[in-house]
Amino acid sequence: MLKVIDSAVPVACWSCSVAHNDVTLFCPHCSKIQPPPGGDYFSVFGLEERLDLDLAALEHEFHRLSRKVHPDRFARSGDNERQWSLADTALLNDAYRTLKDPLHRTEYLLKLRGAEIGEEHSGKDRKDPSRVPADLLEEVFELNMQLEEMRTAHKMGEEDPDLQASLEQAKRKFDGLEQEVDQDLRKQWQLWDNGDAAARKAAEKTMVALLDRRRYLSNLVRDVTETLGAE
Amino acid sequence: MQGDAPVVIPGVDGSNLVPSVVALDPMPADGGRPTVTVGNSARKTLIESPERVIYSVKRLMGRGLEEIQDELKLFPFRLADDVEAGEVPRIQLGELRFTPPEISAYILRQLKRNAERFFGAPVTQAVITVPAYFNDAQRQATKDAGRMAGLEVLRLVNEPTAAALAYGLDRANVGTIAVYDFGGGTFDISILKLRDGIFEVQSTNGDTHLGGDDIDNLLLTIALDEIYAEHGVDLRLHPGAVQALRKAAIEAKIRLSSEQFASFDIELPNGDRYQREIPRGVFELLIEPVLARTAAPCKQALTDAGITADQVDEVVLVGGSTRIPAVRSLVDDLFRLAARGKKPHTELNPDEVVALGAAVQADILAGASKSTEEMLLLDVTPLSLGIEALGGTVARIIQRNSTIPASATEHFTTGVDGQTNVAIHVVQGERELAADCRSLARFDLKGIPPMTAGLPRIEVRFLIDADGILQVSAREQRSGLAAEIEVKPTYGLTDEQVETMILDSFDHAEEDFAKRLLIEARNEAESILSKVGGVRTNPAWGQLTGEEQSAIQAAVTHLASVNQGDDMSAIREATLALDKATGRLAELMMDAAVSTALRGKTMTAAGEQLEEAVTAPHAMAPAEFK
Repeated sequence: MLKVIDSAVPVACWSCSVAHNDVTLFCPHCSKIQPPPGGDYFSVFGLEERLDLDLAALEHEFHRLSRKVHPDRFARSGDNERQWSLADTALLNDAYRTLKDPLHRTEYLLKLRGAEIGEEHSGKDRKDPSRVPADLLEEVFELNMQLEEMRTAHKMGEEDPDLQASLEQAKRKFDGLEQEVDQDLRKQWQLWDNGDAAARKAAEKTMVALLDRRRYLSNLVRDVTETLGAE
Repeated sequence: MQGDAPVVIPGVDGSNLVPSVVALDPMPADGGRPTVTVGNSARKTLIESPERVIYSVKRLMGRGLEEIQDELKLFPFRLADDVEAGEVPRIQLGELRFTPPEISAYILRQLKRNAERFFGAPVTQAVITVPAYFNDAQRQATKDAGRMAGLEVLRLVNEPTAAALAYGLDRANVGTIAVYDFGGGTFDISILKLRDGIFEVQSTNGDTHLGGDDIDNLLLTIALDEIYAEHGVDLRLHPGAVQALRKAAIEAKIRLSSEQFASFDIELPNGDRYQREIPRGVFELLIEPVLARTAAPCKQALTDAGITADQVDEVVLVGGSTRIPAVRSLVDDLFRLAARGKKPHTELNPDEVVALGAAVQADILAGASKSTEEMLLLDVTPLSLGIEALGGTVARIIQRNSTIPASATEHFTTGVDGQTNVAIHVVQGERELAADCRSLARFDLKGIPPMTAGLPRIEVRFLIDADGILQVSAREQRSGLAAEIEVKPTYGLTDEQVETMILDSFDHAEEDFAKRLLIEARNEAESILSKVGGVRTNPAWGQLTGEEQSAIQAAVTHLASVNQGDDMSAIREATLALDKATGRLAELMMDAAVSTALRGKTMTAAGEQLEEAVTAPHAMAPAEFK
């Protein structure tokens, strides 16, 4: 996570020593590139924390800032400038990658707000039955049986058109459920972006649950796709 | 760059390409260190004494002993017999042993010299291109090679991206481009989005061990087997003959790109002849499995970019293997080009386009020219970066196709009271288990203040830089101490090793450089002087007007006089002047000797084509001398 620096505290420019508020990529006095500014990914783009973003404007700003801070622009500069250009560009890229993706953006904002979110990359607990959304228990149980059958059939070199069709149908159903979650998330974005503190708190709680469900569903869809794809 | 356009610098032999063939010359009688020959002139040695030659060294860069076993079966690479697991493999060349980066450094040094010859000034910095799908170790090995060759590597650029840059100079400003790069040893596919001069790579995929070499080996294996079956000769026991056969296979492959048939006709050591005709149809059936291996990476790249083939506006073909008609029709199918009324871009020479793009990138880095001022390349890391977690699973910290530079921060703690170091295993790859990914390095975080287990909070920052190479830093947050990191790259040379392998240090010294240029210039002057001296007995001399004769005489006198001095540029200018003055003489000699087809060439060109002793020394485009 990013270091949190109180932006009211002035920092001295490494080059000209004139103090400036630590929210800028370039020293207002001598124009030299500065170490990565404090603050969150939103502030990199000069944005307030919000979930419904104008992606075209975000891309435009990403390109504009890239032109200014990218290491290609500092290939002939001194060690300090090269180092800060690298660090600033890494921050810019990390921020853009996170904010342009609706799920990553939501997850990031929720984490900023102190929410506990399951680790996406651990992957190890996705078979854990306690994590299956309650309304899907039965279907997931059924699906896992079919997936197992399908894998066995593949191993034996057999084809089972009925099973294939049934899995394809299941995949469509779970795809559809994923899209429902995405729509629900968007509704929560509006509530969060436009709500007061209490509304935000409620939206955050809902979104944590939605993200859990979303992650569960996409793992499931991935499993089905992989099994169907393996010949 | 010449004006706004990049140009390829030819070598001493006039060729734009320096093949990656490196030969160790015979041991000198005085027992000194033998010299190394690179490029076309090293090719001869390949057949005469294959045990002194290596080619396609790119396939060995940054790889461990256990990883190169397959290559060793197919290539005449001989490992030094004392290489141990975990070491960088060394290749036996004649009496000496070299690591792959050292071999690579010899090639880079040759290119450096060609450039110095062209510019008449030392060249100390370079942009080097690598296959996009190169992993961290392969990139680091390439950078090490640059350092050994006396070059500061300003940037490693991915080859398909470089190709896009070369094309992008005069191309429409918005669109999605796919670059299909099928070279000698590697295959890459990259999808880029172009917008207002920003080249943003969306995704990349590939196979660093798939290329024209595989096609050559396929033809070679079939020929070897047939020769054994039909003539009872095991050619594999004759390395020189295998290389001759490989040369024939490559020629057949090239011919089949333009013709329907190609044939082998080889004399075997027992006097028999192996004759074989290969129709294009048979060749295409044979290579189909090799070509098919490029399809899956293309599909994955499209998926990762979140687009379908129909959304690709333009396809650029790069690499010699894309001259094969079957490759073109595969690309056409993959991206539905003909169906959409499109054609792939092949306007730039597929062997040169990557170098042209590297020159554009160098120009961007130099920040010196208006034409590249607005251009910026945003590339990605081809492979996910992860750390080994409990149970041998991989925790991904930077996903593949993330724009670089990219970073991730992870926190670690201790498991035992008073523990002062933590080991971290970093891997690269897409598999779930660390054992299935490529081990990149093991880090030992040392100097953690002794505390209760679980109390230290060590923040480790992983940063993939603009070259696609990993940098790591760490700090213990409770004590604020920067933890010391000991990096043990799984495959690779240490800094100290690289230091000892730096090729002849004189390449660095400006003074020695000037001396070398002067010696070269004198040699060139003497060579043209002696040749012009000899042509006066040629009947063509008499055909010159008196004015022309005295112009040549004056140029000779001038060159002979400046050649006594130490002014390198004066010598080269006078050499050029003499070559120019003899232009018509060369023409007349050619008229006499061969057809008029060669009209208009200077002595240099005429000499080359006639293979007479009239070669002027500078077969390359003249540089501007000051």
